[in-house]
Amino acid sequence: MSVLYVLVPLALVLAGAFVAAFVWATRRGQFDDLETPPVRILFGDD
Amino acid sequence: MATDVLRLSPGAAPERAAPATASAASGRAGRQPSPVSCAHCGLDVSPGDVTPEEEHQFCCLGCRTVYQVLHQHGLTAYYDYREAGGVTPAPARATSKSYPHFDEQTFHDLYVRVTPRGASTRFLLEGVHCAACVWLIERLPRLLPGLIEARLDFGKSQVTLLWDPDKLALSRVAEALDRLGYPPHPPRADQQSEVERIGDRRLLVRIAIAGAAAGNSMMMAIALYTGLFDRMAPEHEAYFRWLSLLLTLPSMGCASVFFRGAWSALRTRVPHMDLPISIGIIAGFARGAYNTWRGAGEIYFDSVATLIFLLLVGRWVQRRYHRRASRAAELMYALAPASARLVEGLEADGCPTELDPLQGNDNVTDYLVREVPLEAVKAGALVEVRAGERVPVDGTVQLGSSELDVAWLTGEARPRQVEPGATVHAGTVNIASRLLVKALKTGAETRMGQLMQQVEDAQTRRAKVAMLADRLSGYFTLAVLSLALITAMLWWGKSPDLAIEYAVALLIVTCPCALGNATPLALSAALGRAAKAGLLIRGGDVFERLRGKGRIVFDKTGTLTLGRLTLTQVVGDARLLPWVLALEQTSAHTIARALVSGLGARLTVEEQALAKRLPLEGVKERLGEGLTATLEGQRLRLGHARGAGELPAWASEAVSAITHAGESPVLLSVDDEVRLVLGLGDPIRAEVPETLKRLGELGYELAILSGDHPDTVSAVAASLGVPFVEVVGGASPERKLELVERWGKEQTVVMVGDGVNDAAALSAASVGVSVHGGAEASLQAADVFATQPGIEPVRLLVVGARQALHVVHRNLGFSLAYNLVGVTLAMVGVLNPLIASLLMPLSSLTVAGHSYRSRSFES
Repeated sequence: MSVLYVLVPLALVLAGAFVAAFVWATRRGQFDDLETPPVRILFGDD
Repeated sequence: MATDVLRLSPGAAPERAAPATASAASGRAGRQPSPVSCAHCGLDVSPGDVTPEEEHQFCCLGCRTVYQVLHQHGLTAYYDYREAGGVTPAPARATSKSYPHFDEQTFHDLYVRVTPRGASTRFLLEGVHCAACVWLIERLPRLLPGLIEARLDFGKSQVTLLWDPDKLALSRVAEALDRLGYPPHPPRADQQSEVERIGDRRLLVRIAIAGAAAGNSMMMAIALYTGLFDRMAPEHEAYFRWLSLLLTLPSMGCASVFFRGAWSALRTRVPHMDLPISIGIIAGFARGAYNTWRGAGEIYFDSVATLIFLLLVGRWVQRRYHRRASRAAELMYALAPASARLVEGLEADGCPTELDPLQGNDNVTDYLVREVPLEAVKAGALVEVRAGERVPVDGTVQLGSSELDVAWLTGEARPRQVEPGATVHAGTVNIASRLLVKALKTGAETRMGQLMQQVEDAQTRRAKVAMLADRLSGYFTLAVLSLALITAMLWWGKSPDLAIEYAVALLIVTCPCALGNATPLALSAALGRAAKAGLLIRGGDVFERLRGKGRIVFDKTGTLTLGRLTLTQVVGDARLLPWVLALEQTSAHTIARALVSGLGARLTVEEQALAKRLPLEGVKERLGEGLTATLEGQRLRLGHARGAGELPAWASEAVSAITHAGESPVLLSVDDEVRLVLGLGDPIRAEVPETLKRLGELGYELAILSGDHPDTVSAVAASLGVPFVEVVGGASPERKLELVERWGKEQTVVMVGDGVNDAAALSAASVGVSVHGGAEASLQAADVFATQPGIEPVRLLVVGARQALHVVHRNLGFSLAYNLVGVTLAMVGVLNPLIASLLMPLSSLTVAGHSYRSRSFES
């Protein structure tokens, strides 16, 4: 079961990467406006 | 067929879009089908505005402009999107203003940022109401070469513009937005919203970290729990325990918001929910860390991490809903005139006073009028106030005579006549014709500024209301701590180690996750539903303030009544009504407009057509007297009673009856003989008596507090048919404030009003409600504002608040019940971390589910 000593930290690093991505997106203002994007997506590219 | 037309591609057949929008209007219930609907907004077109020779009819110039712009640029898909969204369209608010001051350097220094891609600024927009608006505004770069990007934030009604300053002036963008029916305003509270945005982002980051930590420590916990039943190698167990500890560390950092709240609760000795929360978190973490270090005993890291995550989510939900109302209010303040028309090249003292521009001999044209920020107007300066505009300063009229709508400032429904030399106040609206006003006082020194100062004073005087959960939290903390102590003492004899173990287990399992979220979730859900029903509520404490019965105090003008002149009575020869219509259609006066729309509803289509054909000659209008004309050799006169000469008995009776009811009589004479007496008044809104009756049945005391003449106020009160505990007329803003504060000492007082004169009273009341269409000052002062006209929202508010509080109480009951189970298990020593980690999310889910499934604010 010594594989746990490799896999669990690996999983945690992966999780950390996702959290970092989220933090980056938040700092860039991606989540500032949560009301317009769901509306905007309904319009076709005309 | 309507849908077929709507599915046409944009620009394909612009003319045919009109019947589709018209059918949308006739589909609305409770409205009489009108023969003509506006091609843009679908509302009824008043008969006076119908032009039979044109294919499309419009209710106002704004709608006409927008319709034309959309069709010229092939943007008719707007109507499809609007229809698809199922929103009730509103008339376009285009003002045809020009925005030269947006190009001035001072404006750019304040509001424009230069980025590598171009210049950028933000505007708050009026009239943004549906998804189609997003579509339309973001297509703006197509209409305006040089505009690189327009992004709309729908929730804030705020557009971010990016443009090339060499190719395009900002004023052109502003004008284009205005023509489309979205008059732009520079945001006033930009810095504050920046602070809020940073706060929002920080909270989101906290949630992300706490969520990741909670999820992963739960994975570790599952490994450990399965190891409880199946034997696990000790080194693996230690490994997972240390990893859990490591994972919970960032969570503890995220929980610092609660620790800070708890610390300030301790320092100020005001009980707050953060205190028991922090005790539970810290106890759980400390004991878990100690047990990990010594390698024995239970750990509660998964429970602690989940708890922090759920509580942070609760905070975020609360923040978002509370924001919505304050944003809407912010948009309203931005609409207050921040600019004035400054007259240059003309000395205030040397300004001629005897010329009357209404008579057409206004030859004072050799001066310059410049639109400047309000702050740039100093005492002694001369400002121009056009018809329909708000007076920006306190001062005296130098030139021109007109009528002012003073309802917001004083509560009087009847317009006030002003002549050169008359005193005018900021906040009143010029309704008849252009005035030049010499500023005597500006800004905070004006009557309006003083009233706003009173609003602030009254707000600071008002007692804070503690939420029920926070009041409970004091007892709760005490109870939990003593129970933990008892548990420890009970088990101490057996084993001190076990005693501490069970006491800590109790602290963790009672850590009030559900209790902490019970109030915010229930209130946020209620605030969201209230907003959908047209009530914007500024904070959950409004519900707490509405607890129990009390007194509801109404302003009269604009609240119980429509707040505008309307035709109420016709005495005499009704066959002559088309003549009145024909005469009044020539005038832009308020009374004339009131008569035209009143007659439009009363006369048949044939009679209206007749009015159009009447050969009127020599129409003359004299301000304060009325209109004269000749019709087929007969002299017509329409105007006040005082110039009508001798009145026959029936007419003088009618005039005195109308005057007694607080209304204004208008007389039509033919060849100096009075034939028709019309009454113009401010009628009571149709639903008011019924709503008042139902409020009375709910157990509220009703009162009227108005600035209008006492006779008018008591006449209105008498006609409503419900008992009032107090009817006060002629009340100044100060008197209103004083009475509301006095009544508020004895009971809950809900003040309902719309004007600047109500503002101080609104902010002093337990709950201030600003009705639809109210002055900005009243919005700023009120806790609640209605987006639907009338006082029905008030009933919805008091009923909804009761339901919302019931939800809160049931939530608190649920979470206390869960806690009771947890405490019992902990005290008898059978609680293990698995049960604790199951109980907690279960109780939170119950509370959340109950909050969002409840039915407050649904009529």
